[in-house]
Amino acid sequence: MTEIMPHQNAIDCQNLWKIFGARADEALVAAKNGEVDKDEALKRFSCVIGVADASFSVAEGEILCIMGLSGSGKSTIIRHVNRLIEPTDGQILIEGRDVMGLNPKELRQLRARKIGMVFQHMALWPHKSIADNVAFGLEVQKTPKGQQRAAAESALEKVGLGGWSDRYPDQLSGGMQQRVGLARAMAADPDILLMDEPFSALDPLIRKDLQDEFLKLSREVKKTTLFITHDLDEAMKMGDRIAIMKDGRIDQTGTPESIVLRPETDYVSRFVSSISTLKYISASEIMTPGKAKSGAPEFGASTPLPVLLAAFTEGAEELAITDGETHLGRISSTDILQAVQTDLKRV
Amino acid sequence: MDWSVILDPFASVQLPLSQWANESMTWLTSNYRSFFQAIKAPVKWALDLVEDGLRDSPQSIIIIVFTLFAWQVANRSTAIITFFGLIAIGLIGAWDPAMTSFAVLVTAVAISVAIGLPLGVLCSRVNFIWALVRPVLDFMQTIPSFTYLVPVILLFGIGNVPGVIVTVFFAIPPLIRLTNLGLREVRADLVEAADAFGATPFKRLWSIEIPLARPTIMTGVNQTVMLSLVMSVIASMISVAGLGRLVLVGISQLDLARASIGGLGIVLLAIIFDRITQGFGFTRRDRGDRGLWEQGPMGWLRGKLRHQN
Ligand SMILES: Nc1ncnc2c1ncn2[C@@H]1O[C@H](COP(=O)(O)OP(=O)(O)O)[C@@H](O)[C@H]1O
Ligand SMILES: [Mg+2]
Repeated sequence: MTEIMPHQNAIDCQNLWKIFGARADEALVAAKNGEVDKDEALKRFSCVIGVADASFSVAEGEILCIMGLSGSGKSTIIRHVNRLIEPTDGQILIEGRDVMGLNPKELRQLRARKIGMVFQHMALWPHKSIADNVAFGLEVQKTPKGQQRAAAESALEKVGLGGWSDRYPDQLSGGMQQRVGLARAMAADPDILLMDEPFSALDPLIRKDLQDEFLKLSREVKKTTLFITHDLDEAMKMGDRIAIMKDGRIDQTGTPESIVLRPETDYVSRFVSSISTLKYISASEIMTPGKAKSGAPEFGASTPLPVLLAAFTEGAEELAITDGETHLGRISSTDILQAVQTDLKRV
Repeated sequence: MDWSVILDPFASVQLPLSQWANESMTWLTSNYRSFFQAIKAPVKWALDLVEDGLRDSPQSIIIIVFTLFAWQVANRSTAIITFFGLIAIGLIGAWDPAMTSFAVLVTAVAISVAIGLPLGVLCSRVNFIWALVRPVLDFMQTIPSFTYLVPVILLFGIGNVPGVIVTVFFAIPPLIRLTNLGLREVRADLVEAADAFGATPFKRLWSIEIPLARPTIMTGVNQTVMLSLVMSVIASMISVAGLGRLVLVGISQLDLARASIGGLGIVLLAIIFDRITQGFGFTRRDRGDRGLWEQGPMGWLRGKLRHQN
């Protein structure tokens, strides 16, 4: 008999609550009953609600971006994943195992082997050389010295810093330091990466380089990634899916397309209003029913708008949308112009 | 009605503090004398070890050994300062008392570090312990140093061994304070990063927190060294031999020559001792990416041996 593997997410976060303060328990009950919000909890219980009833999951190999303004609880959430802080209520499962059920030794092993973390302000140790910084996770696991060095050097190679091993952090620029941070997180070859605003402190151009390189690297190594940012553009670019946070709550989770095209709350729609929808619109969203003229070029329902536009500029008068056999609808140049017009109006 | 009781109350109403002090002292000495004597034993052992070593060795050997030692743990300039400093001490006629003072100093500083560092670490970990230790340190640092010479004499007697004990008492507070402070001031995200990579609490302390707190801790060590030297004059009142006694005798007999020999000797000793202890605090990076034993005379020797093979 073959065993049926249950479907398992790399990270599962279920109804997570984190309330800071001495009277967290009372505040939790009140907040769960909907009696207090973040401001009210601070007034009545002198407690700060860091995370409120957050649930999300990250599939193996997926990049989930958590996006929210400063103070919305992003760092608090990510610190729960490797139990740097402990939940007031709720559960975190890593590959199905509850992190709160681990004993100290198992927890250290999880942190050293399974999870790599990158920090907003790099958090490189100034007294250690670059190689020693990168190898720290292996040193902690008592890997043989030679192996540590080799792993550190190959991780540095991957982020384009081969040959910098014996320098010190203060001899590197900000962008290079964060590459070291990335190398350190990946040196022990963990399955999961936790990245807390890794590129926020960098200049725009350097940030773009690092984003591109990380995406490229991520495609090669396929690591499950929880990526935090306060920048919507970055979230749209990096995330397979995005979770949008406000005041400790997750307002909406979905693909970049669905967030932009179908915001579920006022907050999310205000947020995405500055983003042009054009890149995310596909044929199915603008087609009208009916059959196109014979000879019209055919496209699938998920064809993105830029491709459709290109067909018109090449001289087509009308497009036929099919799923290969059956006709689904047609798109005229007016449909396209209307889509552009709507997009321009909403900003 | 006699108004004087209200106008000048302290003429007639006083707490019997002196009586209490005497009684508690008598109680301590009669009941715990063996305990205080037991404390003396390891101190005496350590002091004798250092002092005999210094007494029995020829002067020129001591100069050479100290110079090489300074070069090994610190650097060449410290070695040069040590070399000429020791020669100067000999030339001004302060060699013998300087060796005695040095033995007291080394023993006192070693004991202070052996107690102060771990205690400082403990204070930085456990808020409750720090809350207990802090007022004790305040007390130790504000009470005039002459005041506790009396109980020390009663409990430990006089001579060099009680001298070491009183010096430790005087010199240890800044080390505990600054070790605690340095560890508490380490950047929180650097500590969190160590946790995030699975370090044990001890590994985190040893590889991350102590190295990052090193400058502050070394300031504490420096303060302890300096205060130990300051104490050498005061401690000579309980019959501690050495440079301090030269100064004390100089003061009491208005003998400027003797006082200045003692004073100058203390200054020279301070410079040498401080430079060498700071050398222990150098990082690998300060040493040009070499370990403690890869530099100085040992490094030179190693290089020679490697060439021959
Ligand atoms: N240790 C703490 N004690 C009290 N409040 C905290 C603590 N850490 C975070 N908070 C509060 O929790 C909320 C979320 O913080 P954080 O997760 O750091 O937000 P973000 O990373 O999204 O900027 C903030 O209101 C913050 O003030
Ligand atoms: Mg944050």
